[in-house]
Amino acid sequence: MFPYLTALIVVPAVGAAAVALMPRSRENVVRTVGLAFSLAAAVLSVAVLVEFDTARAGYQLVSEHPWIDAWGISWKLGVDGISLFLLVLTGILFPLAIVGPKVHHDAKGYVAWMLLLEAGCLGVFLSLDLFLFFLFWEVVLVPMYFLIGAWGYEKRVYAALKFFLYTMVGSALLFVGILALAFLHQRATGTLTFDLIALGEGQSLAESTARWVFLAFAASFAIKVPIFPVHTWLPDAHTEAPTGGSVILAAVLLKLGTYGFVRFGLFLFPQAVVDLAPVFLTLGVIGILYGALVATVQRDLKRLVAYSSVAHLGFIVVGTFGLSTQGLQGGVLQMVNHGISTGALFLLVGMLYERRHTRQIADLGGIQKVAPVFAAVFTVVMLSSIGLPGLNGFVGEFLVLIGTFVSRRWWAVAATVGVILAALYLLWAYQRVFHGSPRGDNARFPEMTWRERAVMAPLVVLIVGLGVYPQPVLDRIAPSVAALVRHVEDHSDYRQPTPGSGSSTEAEAGTSGDHGAGE
Amino acid sequence: MPPLELPEIAWSQLLPVLVLIGGALVLIVAGTFLEGRNVGSAYAAFTVATGAGALGASAFLWNRVSGGHGRASLAMADAVVVDGYSVFFGVVICSAVVIGALISDDYLRTEGLQGSEFYVLMLLSAAGGLLMAQANDLIIVFLGLEILSIALYVLAGYHRRRAQSQEAAIKYFVLGAFSSAFFLYGVALVYGATGSTNLGFIAGFLRQSTLTEGVLLGGLAFLLVGLGFKVAAVPFHMWTPDVYEGSPSPVTGFMAAAAKAAGFSALLRIFFSTFATNRLDWQPILWAMAVLSLVVGSVLAVVQTNVKRMLAYSSISHAGYVLVGLQAATDRGIAGSLFYLLAYTFMVLGSFGVVTIVSRQGDDRHGLDAYRGLARRRPGLAFTFTVFLLAQAGVPFTSGFLAKFYVIGAAVESRSYALAIIAMLTAVVATFFYLRVVVVMYMSDEIEGEEAPAPVLIPGGAGLALGLSLAFTVLVGFLPQFVFDFAEHATVLRL
Repeated sequence: MFPYLTALIVVPAVGAAAVALMPRSRENVVRTVGLAFSLAAAVLSVAVLVEFDTARAGYQLVSEHPWIDAWGISWKLGVDGISLFLLVLTGILFPLAIVGPKVHHDAKGYVAWMLLLEAGCLGVFLSLDLFLFFLFWEVVLVPMYFLIGAWGYEKRVYAALKFFLYTMVGSALLFVGILALAFLHQRATGTLTFDLIALGEGQSLAESTARWVFLAFAASFAIKVPIFPVHTWLPDAHTEAPTGGSVILAAVLLKLGTYGFVRFGLFLFPQAVVDLAPVFLTLGVIGILYGALVATVQRDLKRLVAYSSVAHLGFIVVGTFGLSTQGLQGGVLQMVNHGISTGALFLLVGMLYERRHTRQIADLGGIQKVAPVFAAVFTVVMLSSIGLPGLNGFVGEFLVLIGTFVSRRWWAVAATVGVILAALYLLWAYQRVFHGSPRGDNARFPEMTWRERAVMAPLVVLIVGLGVYPQPVLDRIAPSVAALVRHVEDHSDYRQPTPGSGSSTEAEAGTSGDHGAGE
Repeated sequence: MPPLELPEIAWSQLLPVLVLIGGALVLIVAGTFLEGRNVGSAYAAFTVATGAGALGASAFLWNRVSGGHGRASLAMADAVVVDGYSVFFGVVICSAVVIGALISDDYLRTEGLQGSEFYVLMLLSAAGGLLMAQANDLIIVFLGLEILSIALYVLAGYHRRRAQSQEAAIKYFVLGAFSSAFFLYGVALVYGATGSTNLGFIAGFLRQSTLTEGVLLGGLAFLLVGLGFKVAAVPFHMWTPDVYEGSPSPVTGFMAAAAKAAGFSALLRIFFSTFATNRLDWQPILWAMAVLSLVVGSVLAVVQTNVKRMLAYSSISHAGYVLVGLQAATDRGIAGSLFYLLAYTFMVLGSFGVVTIVSRQGDDRHGLDAYRGLARRRPGLAFTFTVFLLAQAGVPFTSGFLAKFYVIGAAVESRSYALAIIAMLTAVVATFFYLRVVVVMYMSDEIEGEEAPAPVLIPGGAGLALGLSLAFTVLVGFLPQFVFDFAEHATVLRL
């Protein structure tokens, strides 16, 4: 069989090398080649989607090759319902981020780093070996650091460094956590392995040890997500990054953290997750409310979108730690949705900045009159971000909230307030930027070009499509999520409450089984 | 008078050392005949050939000590040991000779320092280092230490017209002699406590009667001081920044690689193998030294604006990582330390190779400003330096990452979680200052106007050295299995 997954990582990596070797002066050629490689990766990701067997819960298209035998490390890749759409999202967004925004200097470096970043992100989503996962996790850092530092705005060097150091601190703990897990597993079973499935099924750690190791993992993921209170790198990094960088940062990189929680946290440390869930739920809810409130008072449009990410990712965290099948499905779906809508928002803000050279909300106004198409696209994307029914954002948030309501009622109630706040800060910002009569330079605001429309079109189609008919996506997510929740139940004292029974959390001990798939 | 009984000399067991010393002798004789003539790169080429020959000799010995029928052996009245471990260090030090000589060639010419003496000293100090790795007797360790050090004292002051170089040599000599005295006193105390200087005899003696008396522990402490100085571990690191900064750049690279490896070869063997029974005595001390080296090395490197000084501090923190492996006191830990030293040799020599090239004539442009906009003028060189720096920071798909992975894995395996976390966090701090150089190279503009510096030229020899180091750093980053096996089978002969 054709090794789709290996090819998916190799293609952008080769593209990065190819671009790096091309002459600097031929910017158009560089862009075309970069686009070609990223499109090839996009085609491969769609091919994976086609090859994917909807009904199966386990890993598919697995490719495994021994790498460092002495340490039990192998090149092991696989895809399941949880990673599938993140893969497709990554595949689709990178070409848009490469050709969408204008790059003002050194297009070659920009494209090369972007492709390397894509290889790293895909690697993280596909790795089924903890060592390999950590490698890609670290690989992601370097290109992003350079993208922010070399192509960003005024405070770029500061923002890049802050991003790098925050994430590295998390990585340090993750690294020790992975090693501890592998060696403790070896002590218990006699074989040293970094294989995710072997470690997850083995469950060889004592309860208190598992909690510490989970915390080491969680620290790293929490910084990446980011979860309140370690989110402070995010507004700086998002705001100072170039448009393409912000798009990828928000749409893909933040998902590495939430994906980490789902794939590694829940699978490897079920009991620890169950025990510590209230802490993370609380932090998630704080993130939702705090992110929304801070977004409301931002003067800088890009910073506003950045803080809205903190709020949105809070929903994903709540969905993950709510530990209900529906909530987790919603969380996984919301990862994709947030990627689409926030990626699109950053693209639009980038276009705005290109035209007006300011992101200050106070300097803008009345743009709807002069650029109706731009305003219309912005409206759709914004409404999707708010979570309007009929658009993609609604489906995920709704699933998270009803799922969590069953298992962790009061946290869900508090999180619901965030939905209202999202409407508040986005609509208010929209009102100030687009309504009224255009003053000064705003009166000469150019309409969307055809190139920009072409970049936005796929995203708008996805926003509407996923909002109206999310079932095909949910069908593919559901078996894997159900299997994961069952795994958590099998290896902990947690039992998922039955929807509608009216009780919460632990009252349901004893009932088990598979709810949720395809509901 | 009874005839003096001479031990049988097993020449072949000493082959790598003999190749190096033989090369040095040939070179010094040739040098007197060719004095004043323009020999081009002949001396450097001969040194590289000698280093390669010693590498070949090491490979020959490797076949003897590893594999199905091969095994470690003692020679020369048990004063010298040939085991996988000593062969491994032979490879590390000979690689340092090859790359060091390649970097030095053009440097010596532009600085007007041609002559065979430089290479003779380099070969001799490497021979001393190899002897230390092969020593099975504290006296032989001391002999090797002195051969290594005396040659290095002279090399540090080899740039005769630079006051800094003279200062570095004096500083290194005075403090080095002091530490050698400590080492010797340690040898005397250990002899007093156990009745022998032979490592095998000491180990056997300690197994029979576990001594915890002061004389032995005092001796152990003094040995640690003497060797700690050579490997530049905190708190015996004070000389490092000044000596590294003042010495000619290629010498600094050679010193950072070879002297550190040689120091560790003795340190690891003496503590892990000979004094294994006293593990509980020395483990906490090495734990503290490792933490101090990691923290001091990386934190003080952050405030440096001189790249050479920064690399000096970073080499202190690298010593900390090697100690992390030793502190674990397991086979995996020692193998990790060995792998770390091999990876480090290429990273650090490559880095100082770049420093040598960028400093141009005069060897004094080491400020961060000299690296401004290097990516625009010399993209290849800037990229190479970036790889070395990122490898030292431990970024994946470089040998440096796997080296950290190995030693920290060993620490975690022996449940030194705190040490592992400290090591990783100092790696974050270290990343900060490595990245600062990268930022200056890629994200700052060159200085314009009359300050514009002379173009950076990459001489062939140094280019080759950088290429070799780069290839090793990246290739091992992708396909480490081969070197992992090498380090794993390079076991210490248990005495």
